[in-house]
Amino acid sequence: MSTTVTNVILAGLGGQGVIKASDILADAAVRAGFDVKKAEVHGMSQRGGSVTSDVRFGVKVLSPMIPRGEADFLVVLSPSEVVVTRPLLRPGGVLFAPDFVPEAELVNKRSLNVALLGALSAYLDIPERIFLEAVRAALAERLHAVNEQAFQQGRARAAKAGAAALGKRQ
Amino acid sequence: MEKRLLSGDEAVALAARDAGIALGTGYPGTPSTEILEAFGALGGRAQWAPNEKVALEVGLGAAFGGGRALVTMKHVGLNVAADPLFTAAYTGVTGALVVVTADDPGMASSQNEQDNRRYAIAAGLPMLSPADPQEAYDYFFRAVELSERWSLPVLFRMTTRVCHSKALVASRATPMTPRAPSFVRDIPGRVMVPAFARPAHRKLRAKLAEIATFGDASDLHTVTEGSRDLGIITDGVCALHAAEASPGASFFKIGLVHPLPIERLRAFAAGVKRCVVIEESDPVIAEALRAAGIAVESKPEAFRFGELDVARVRRILARDLSPEPPLPRGKPPELCAACPYHPVFAALRKLDCIVAGDIGCYTLGVMEPYRALDTCVAMGASIGVGLGLRHVLPADQARRVVSIIGDSTFIHSGVSGIMEMVYNPPELGHVVIVLDNGITAMTGQQEHPGTGRTLEHQATGKISIEGLARAMGIDTAILDPFANPAGFATLLAEKLATPRLSLIVARRPCVLAAADIRGWEKAAEATRAAQACCPGAVPEDA
Repeated sequence: MSTTVTNVILAGLGGQGVIKASDILADAAVRAGFDVKKAEVHGMSQRGGSVTSDVRFGVKVLSPMIPRGEADFLVVLSPSEVVVTRPLLRPGGVLFAPDFVPEAELVNKRSLNVALLGALSAYLDIPERIFLEAVRAALAERLHAVNEQAFQQGRARAAKAGAAALGKRQ
Repeated sequence: MEKRLLSGDEAVALAARDAGIALGTGYPGTPSTEILEAFGALGGRAQWAPNEKVALEVGLGAAFGGGRALVTMKHVGLNVAADPLFTAAYTGVTGALVVVTADDPGMASSQNEQDNRRYAIAAGLPMLSPADPQEAYDYFFRAVELSERWSLPVLFRMTTRVCHSKALVASRATPMTPRAPSFVRDIPGRVMVPAFARPAHRKLRAKLAEIATFGDASDLHTVTEGSRDLGIITDGVCALHAAEASPGASFFKIGLVHPLPIERLRAFAAGVKRCVVIEESDPVIAEALRAAGIAVESKPEAFRFGELDVARVRRILARDLSPEPPLPRGKPPELCAACPYHPVFAALRKLDCIVAGDIGCYTLGVMEPYRALDTCVAMGASIGVGLGLRHVLPADQARRVVSIIGDSTFIHSGVSGIMEMVYNPPELGHVVIVLDNGITAMTGQQEHPGTGRTLEHQATGKISIEGLARAMGIDTAILDPFANPAGFATLLAEKLATPRLSLIVARRPCVLAAADIRGWEKAAEATRAAQACCPGAVPEDA
């Protein structure tokens, strides 16, 4: 287990499942034995505005907020938010834009959040099995199959297009 | 001990349950709202009050009766509750009273960024300042202990990042046991006529002096020995930003921000070459230390505004005054596409109204395409502000002034504005629109006295908005603006053309809450019907 803190920012618009995705990621990190902190601003998000959520995990996490420009990973669910949030990523950090998993390939486009988590999972020090436990724990049973499939699609894309993904490093 | 990932709000709710809080009350307000919802979900007695003043008074009564009470609100809510708060410092309490104020530096969802640490000084009350969810949990018990030991209300200051950040929280194995409430008469202690209030003030100051001595030795403050070159004095979430920004420094983390442990801080500052206070919002700690003759460096004025984070703390420590990179400006919130208020704002715009607005989702009527909001100041202010405009403006402008206010805000503090309207009517009359979407929508769909359902959506007494207005002699009409946009515009134009006082209830459920409301109301109706037929009976599925 690395002693450094991993910083992930999830971004999108209200109603897209940004908070749900960050809850799943934080839970997966807890299940994997990390110290975890997560910060976001609620309140206005239901009105369709921008939402970002910071998830930090490692042996010991201090501030709940990721310093600007120091995110290791940026997962964006809405095309309009890519340009806005890009400055949050550190040089060399990895961006997962919404088209990383084409919407057309998803059984339910509402599982884009979980699909992008699947892609992110390929880069993290958290076992896939634990990640899937967290996905199931966060969702109603009837949504398990479609979301597990979305997760696998994202993870497979990240693995297959590893070189391409690395090419996207900022 | 198993740790759970909890938000600061959830941690306070859990602590409230484990501390034997008999009653939790408050008014919804970001970022404090989830505390009472979570407390209710954990089986606590949680209820919404019509406003923060009433909530504090109910909490105070519970604490006079020997119970342990929790009252929650956002920072601006404490302005509403300030009247009873200041005198409750004189009366003190018999049980415990913990008042949560959730400040919003940076104004993620607020109309100002006031620093409520000032209230602790002004009212003369102890205030705890947790940094994260674990401390929110742990300090809550300390707040209850302080409150009972010194028979005083205790302020519990959280901020957006303490309320809404999640972190791992370990809870205690054994809950605190409260004493059983029972009334003990104490007329000089609780009846604040001048003859009793004068000694009560002296008693309060004596208690504060004792708490200051207690605080000087208390483990609520944590000192971390590090480099003698840099000492950082800090409180709340800033302590975490600072520890990350400057891991080698010496730290004095203040847990009890009022009264401050002045002598310990003096010794700490004397022991380091450079001593910097890292605090969010106003320089409250720095000012107090300087007033005590302790040489500390305060942040530059630019850092009074907005939240701090690790990067901003690094700048303060580096004395870097270069322009900061702008925060990412994403898409602002807007009225939901299917919001029932759209036709209202279209009509206000079409009739070129001067709109005195209020606090709620409908504040978003200020956005394009309507820009149909001319003022937004405080809860309930729309009515008084609208009346003031009507009183002074020339006739052609005055007759276009409209006050708009939501259902929950109307109940909160709009009603007294209606009394003013009846008592001091403008020459050309006035028009008030109550945007009644049947829920406190902006804060995430909380119940209020106008819905006739409790915090946990059970049937209870219901306040009728039109009933109140008619009882005060106001000509009142009710219309669904979404079903009949043209009818709404015509009605508004008619009301504006007369010199009468009128109120229009624009009623249609919030689009986000409509399905839930239908479900809650069905269950509530069943309960009401069962109670009407045979009092005390409850249907099996209720």
